[in-house]
Amino acid sequence: MTGYRPSYLNVFLTFARNSLVRDMSFRANFILQCISTISWTVMNIGFYLIVFQYTDSIGKETGWGRNEFFVFLATTWIINSLVQTFFMPNAQQFSELIRSGNLDFALLKPIDTQFVISFPRVDWAALSNLFVGFTLLCYSLYQLTTKAENPLIIDWRSILMYPFYIGCGTVIMYSVMITLAATSVWLGRNQTLYNFWFYITNFSRYPMEIYKVGWGMALWVFFTFIIPVLLVVNIPARIMARPLNTMNSQMWQLAGFAILATVACLMISRRIFVRALKSYRSASS
Amino acid sequence: MATVASNQRGTGSRLKTWWTILKISLEERFVYRGDFALGTLMRFLPIITQVFLWYAIFAASGKEKIEAYTANGVVAYYMLTMISRAFSSMPGLCSGIALQVRDGEIKKYLIQPIDLLGFLLLTRIAHKLCYYVIALIPFTFVFFLCRGFFENGWPEASVLCAYFLSLIMGFLLGFFMEASLGLVSFWFLEVTSLAFVYNLLNFFLSGHMFPLDLLPDWAAQFINLLPFQYLAYYPAAIFQGTIEPNQVWQGMALEACWLMAFIMIARIMLNRGIHRYSGFGG
Repeated sequence: MTGYRPSYLNVFLTFARNSLVRDMSFRANFILQCISTISWTVMNIGFYLIVFQYTDSIGKETGWGRNEFFVFLATTWIINSLVQTFFMPNAQQFSELIRSGNLDFALLKPIDTQFVISFPRVDWAALSNLFVGFTLLCYSLYQLTTKAENPLIIDWRSILMYPFYIGCGTVIMYSVMITLAATSVWLGRNQTLYNFWFYITNFSRYPMEIYKVGWGMALWVFFTFIIPVLLVVNIPARIMARPLNTMNSQMWQLAGFAILATVACLMISRRIFVRALKSYRSASS
Repeated sequence: MATVASNQRGTGSRLKTWWTILKISLEERFVYRGDFALGTLMRFLPIITQVFLWYAIFAASGKEKIEAYTANGVVAYYMLTMISRAFSSMPGLCSGIALQVRDGEIKKYLIQPIDLLGFLLLTRIAHKLCYYVIALIPFTFVFFLCRGFFENGWPEASVLCAYFLSLIMGFLLGFFMEASLGLVSFWFLEVTSLAFVYNLLNFFLSGHMFPLDLLPDWAAQFINLLPFQYLAYYPAAIFQGTIEPNQVWQGMALEACWLMAFIMIARIMLNRGIHRYSGFGG
């Protein structure tokens, strides 16, 4: 085994291909899943269309008007679809591996355990939301850049930073998820993983400005600095939806901090995962 | 004549059977009470984001009221729909029936003198009763903390009566709607995608996602005729007084019609389905 180093990229591509073959074997089911994922998103857009009949923006003088907010929403769906495509099915599987003792097989493989746990299943149907997100993004950006007064001029730096921060956001979400999944080693089983995940990430779905009133400040601090899910969507959406020169210094500081938070989240979740594996006692006989 | 006599004897023993079923289901449910209470408390977390979202919307709109709601009123509405949903949601009912049809467990209702729908209804009542006993603590706690959102205080006694009636009817309507959906599995073995569509429509049309009054008039008029609103919106609207007291009973009458219709649909589907059904193996 000495000197042997598996090609992580090749292994991942094999995983992705296998999943695609599997999805394509039940094609009707795959299409149904795509349709249901998309209709969920469309319904959500419908909700905000209703909301924007009654108001011009989310929060007073926050700058999140209808089209700006739809950029925000599109960013949410893009990040969500990435997480749900690549990580969600695996994290759910992880607690099942622990409960059934099948984690033994993953531990025996000559490849990093966190890698082999995090990537084996790719849920291609969930990627359909990426398409919806991207369409919504293009549509609202078109609306913003062509509006009569004060049209948005997209800076080339925004175009570079947007995908970068989408990546950061996805990594933060992944870290939160793998940490939650790792706790199932101690709890024995963690079927409510998805619920917890939903409750925590629920806070990331809205512009951070709405929390900055009264005791919401405490929430803002907690979900920005302790569990930084508020940065996930807010930073890339803010960079894309509104002109960069209107970004205040606090926002720039947060954008800097987001990079730091991404690295920290990844490292901390890795440590928790390794700690969890050490406490793992096989369940088989 | 013999059948009449056996029927009379039957009623007593049937009641006993039903009581036993209810008792067993209750005991089964109480096993995981701690987990249950905690899970219920967690379910209120998304309300927090709703509070901030709606306050932001109200602040930006510069209005005191959007349709019939103040900012506090919207939050109170979301909290009340949680109670409605505690009555009308039927987790696992549709998929449970589909599973029993698919793996043949349904046979037991054919050979034992128990009615499938009656049995499921009783286990569901037990499930719900248990849920209320345990969920009462987190619900009271959260509602006490959030009492400020209920600006109008308690409604009148007559409104409260209508409210409770609408909750119970919501429970029955939810049960028979979802049971009918599950019984479709006699015809199609796989109903998961159908159930997903149902849940999606339910979330939107029942008013679980937002108060239905916010919809444009033409849409609201149409949705008011559908049975979905009784699963979340209607009880909450009665409690908050968004529906005029003299119109409450009209809505309830429509609800009763829907309930009757779904009881009949479920019955007919069960009868037809069992005739189609063929059980193989031992």
